[in-house]
Amino acid sequence: MTDANLTLHDFTALLASFEAEAAPAMTGAASADALDAVRATYLGRAHGWLKDLSAKLGQLEKADRGAAGKAFNEVRLRVEAALEARRTELSPRREAGTLADPSMPARRSWVGAVHPVSQVLDEMIEIFRELGFTIALGPEVETPWYNFGALNFPPDHPAMDLHDTLYISDDAVLRTHTSPVQVRTLQAWAPPIRVLIPGNVHRRDPFDASHAPTFAQVEGLVVDEGITFADLKATLTHFAKRFFGATKTRFRPSYFPFTEPSAEMDVLCGVCDGSGCGVCKQSGWIEILGSGLVHPSVLESAGVDSEKYTGWAFGMGPGRTAMARHGIPDIRILYDSDVRFLSQFAR
Amino acid sequence: MNISHEWLKAFVPHALDAAAVRELLTAHVATVEGFEAVGAELESFVVARVVESEKIPDTRLSFNKVDDGSGELIEVVCGAPNVTVGAKYPFARSGTTMPGGLLIEKRKIRGFVSNGMLCSPSELGLGDDHDGILELTTDAATGTRLLDVLDLSDARLVVDVLPNRPDLLSHQGFAYELTALTGVAKQMPPELADLPATPKPAEGESEAAGRGVSVRLESTADCPHYCAIVIRGVTVGPSPDWLKRRIESVGARSINNVVDATNYILHGFGQPVHAFDLAKIGGSSIVVRRARSGETLTTLDGTARVLSNDVLVIADAERPTALAGIMGGQASEVTEGTTDILLEVATFSPKQVRAGRRHLGIATDASYRFERGINDKSVPRVAPIAAGLIAMVAGGTIEEAVNVGVEPPAHDPISLRPERVSRLLGDEVSADETARLLTSIGFAVHKSGDAFQVTAPSWRHDVTLDVDLIEEVARLRGYDRLPDVITGSRPSSVPDHPMHVVGRRVRDALVAHGLFEVRPLPFTASTDAAAALVRVRNPLGDDEPFLRDSILTTLAGRAEYNLSRMQGDVRMFEIGTAFVAEANGALSEEIRVGALVMGARRPRHFTEPDPPAFDAWDAKELAELVVRTAWPGARAELSAELSAEARAGETGALWSLSVEGTVRGHVREITLDAPVWAAPAFGVELTLGKMPAAAVAARGAHDYSRASDAAPRPQPVRYARLAVTPAAVFDLALIVPDAVSAAQVEQTIRGSAGELLEAVLLFDEFRGDGIPAGTRSLAWRLTFRHPDRTLRDKEIDGRRSQLLKTLDKEIGVRARTA
Ligand SMILES: [Zn+2]
Repeated sequence: MTDANLTLHDFTALLASFEAEAAPAMTGAASADALDAVRATYLGRAHGWLKDLSAKLGQLEKADRGAAGKAFNEVRLRVEAALEARRTELSPRREAGTLADPSMPARRSWVGAVHPVSQVLDEMIEIFRELGFTIALGPEVETPWYNFGALNFPPDHPAMDLHDTLYISDDAVLRTHTSPVQVRTLQAWAPPIRVLIPGNVHRRDPFDASHAPTFAQVEGLVVDEGITFADLKATLTHFAKRFFGATKTRFRPSYFPFTEPSAEMDVLCGVCDGSGCGVCKQSGWIEILGSGLVHPSVLESAGVDSEKYTGWAFGMGPGRTAMARHGIPDIRILYDSDVRFLSQFAR
Repeated sequence: MNISHEWLKAFVPHALDAAAVRELLTAHVATVEGFEAVGAELESFVVARVVESEKIPDTRLSFNKVDDGSGELIEVVCGAPNVTVGAKYPFARSGTTMPGGLLIEKRKIRGFVSNGMLCSPSELGLGDDHDGILELTTDAATGTRLLDVLDLSDARLVVDVLPNRPDLLSHQGFAYELTALTGVAKQMPPELADLPATPKPAEGESEAAGRGVSVRLESTADCPHYCAIVIRGVTVGPSPDWLKRRIESVGARSINNVVDATNYILHGFGQPVHAFDLAKIGGSSIVVRRARSGETLTTLDGTARVLSNDVLVIADAERPTALAGIMGGQASEVTEGTTDILLEVATFSPKQVRAGRRHLGIATDASYRFERGINDKSVPRVAPIAAGLIAMVAGGTIEEAVNVGVEPPAHDPISLRPERVSRLLGDEVSADETARLLTSIGFAVHKSGDAFQVTAPSWRHDVTLDVDLIEEVARLRGYDRLPDVITGSRPSSVPDHPMHVVGRRVRDALVAHGLFEVRPLPFTASTDAAAALVRVRNPLGDDEPFLRDSILTTLAGRAEYNLSRMQGDVRMFEIGTAFVAEANGALSEEIRVGALVMGARRPRHFTEPDPPAFDAWDAKELAELVVRTAWPGARAELSAELSAEARAGETGALWSLSVEGTVRGHVREITLDAPVWAAPAFGVELTLGKMPAAAVAARGAHDYSRASDAAPRPQPVRYARLAVTPAAVFDLALIVPDAVSAAQVEQTIRGSAGELLEAVLLFDEFRGDGIPAGTRSLAWRLTFRHPDRTLRDKEIDGRRSQLLKTLDKEIGVRARTA
């Protein structure tokens, strides 16, 4: 590089005019965006003026380059200082680690939420997973055989009145409980079976404050050799302690066509500790689930030897639990899908 | 079922209080859901004696001084004509609230102070007698609680009797259980001692005639047993107090002595009985038969009913007079003028009563019991009690009885191996204990070899298998006595259902993306006449009788609901079932995810007071998010060439979505019934999988052969070496004719840029000044990188010009100059 065609004097003049233009441009930038544009024009690494000047250093006499470089750096630092000063003025940040008004709110993203009924279901599933349960699902439109016949409902019996059924046709009903999946599971998989069956079920109930024609149910089924009522009782009591923090449970005789013996499980009312209050309707107990040993005719319906295998099953409604847990007074709120309601359950 | 504590005690004279009975029944028999103290509203009334009494001139009133046990005499003005000095009466001090709700306060009447009230029976809610105050014949001291003197206190237990236990629909039924649980023997209630006797009946299998009446059964299948008893010379009138109290103790209303007596038998013994006015029975003959189609009957409730062959009736010589086992007829109703009664005590076929009452759409206390099954053998036992009770409370003479029917077959014995009791319950139960418990509730137990032969009593129709007997043993011992033992468990053979696994992943991704999960109802109205929706045959209402075939339909409705509540920022999704009617008429259930977004893309913030609204590109992102989550690593394509499914129904579809070549769903802009301020709504609907509904195997069989439905394991991600060399980046600003899509340009870039191309980003679109009509400017940023060395400028420039040449040649796209 010997073809020096730029004098130190010229270069210094160029530097001066650069500084005279760049510094006021920095100081005069009205916004952070404008300042960025100014910065790109004068200090941009790709096409900025300063880059052009630095290229010109090479056109100076070798002897002049030292002085020119020093002058160049001084100008650069001053213009950069003007840039930083203006940036500080424009930004709410006064200096590193402080904000003009730190009380102002954070920038946020939208936060979603799992439906409260699903949250309850998740927790229930979680506890049974620890006990080796897997998840089985089935269709919502069922044959009357899977929904009733295979589950030992006597044909045309008042027991059917407990399930006001929505019919699609003579051969198809909207399942009134998740229990048909018990039969499907028993037909498809050999014991040992330990499954949890969540799903929507449907009844011909009016949509009012305490009823809905579609609601979630979760059902459990255990079938193996040597399964006993004591096993049922112990497992469900464990669940009640884990899920409800229940201090005490009780089992009462009940009736379901597909279990025998049948029992309902209550937990001690946590509000009154058993002394009776409005929540437990003065009984001291809260009803949680229905259960029982799998009726031999259900096992036989699914081609399972009821002499060799025994089992137990239970079913409960996470919707009611969600309502009780969160103090939701009207079941329809769970279905309305009002975003103001749903956002309350963001976690 | 309402059970009166006192009435039950009349059957089993135990010493437990009502709360203890409640505990016992709930633990061993049936759940006591409600518990009401009867007479609780009389808690603060006391016995008082009138010490002085003087007439208030020119009135019916008297001014009295009363000793209420408080130590001082209370001044009371009373309007009753029968105030007698020295007599004792129920007394309400001021401050007491009457059963009707009236608060007794100190007041002045005609210048006389009144500080309480002497009460008549009607004021106490003890009957209709309001002619005078209730004179108490008692030795009790003044100030004694009225409840203690009148023996009024009782408790009503509201028991949830389930359909398998119709034997518990009476006090007698609970008496059996209570006897077994307490060991206190059952007895005939004392109030039924010394009933007038019923003469020996005329008997027959399907018909019989007495002196005055005849009975004929058309079918002993429909009516296995019918007993008619004639009582002449009754006086219909109010019931005696004890009977009224029994009837009211279960929450029923006292009507007259004859009707109350029949209700006593119903609630006491579980046997519905009916009293006819004998004078209104044509030909004094009873025929139990099916109604002829078109026959009519006006029932007790005043409703004229058109009958059919499904309905079993009690007829006289000419016409139906009652619906058998359901309700009596108005014409033969017992009224104040009735003197002669025909009392019916019968059993009817449960199926027939159920068919009849469903045909007519009514249910009564009687039909409720008959359709669940009453005690087969109760007619001969209860009939004389019922007749005797009527004769006792309404007078008259039991003249004759006609008893027609067949002896019901005994229940078949059930074989029970005692060790199976222990094996199922998981607790040691001895054979002796099993036998003892079963015997205690009326089962006959015979040992035969290693097993018991157990016969259920005639009132237990629900016990037919050994497990039914095991339940009896378990509940009588008490479920709470069973140990808590978790049986060592083997792992479940059933894999998690893939729809659960995938659904959960997608749900969590969408929630993390800021959407709310919803669980709305799956019913819908048909908005499109052409849509083939699955209809519910018996919907609750006609507004939404169909099952939805699209999740977005439901979500659109929910979005409108939110808009109507002034909520314009809606981000929601559902993972649920779409019920799709297939072309062949079959129904297919698809597990789908639907997601809808509208309104602000981000929460408002002082740095961005008015964030942009969601648009189609956000919806496209949602679709990609779901695909990525549901099918990790799968080849997915969002195509503007719409599938048939995306084109069907509503307009607004933007992209079809396919995964590995299979169409899975679409993205659309959703037209809502929305106010003007609402932002546009965008939605994604995607099928995650089908829920097979075919039978798994034949009835009574299994089929373990089918391959596992387990969710396929996603391919593990392969690690890619992290680059240490610098990248070379340049931008391509291109003029793209409108006929050429961005995807085409990008495809061409990728196809010809060579293997060193690392990333392609479309970063700008511009139309307008300087851009020729019919074209737009699109700008891409291309990143190149060599894995081992720094790329030279010359190499980059070469690629750039090669790329531009290819773009021009293949799709007519050139660089934007200027
Ligand atoms: Zn409580």
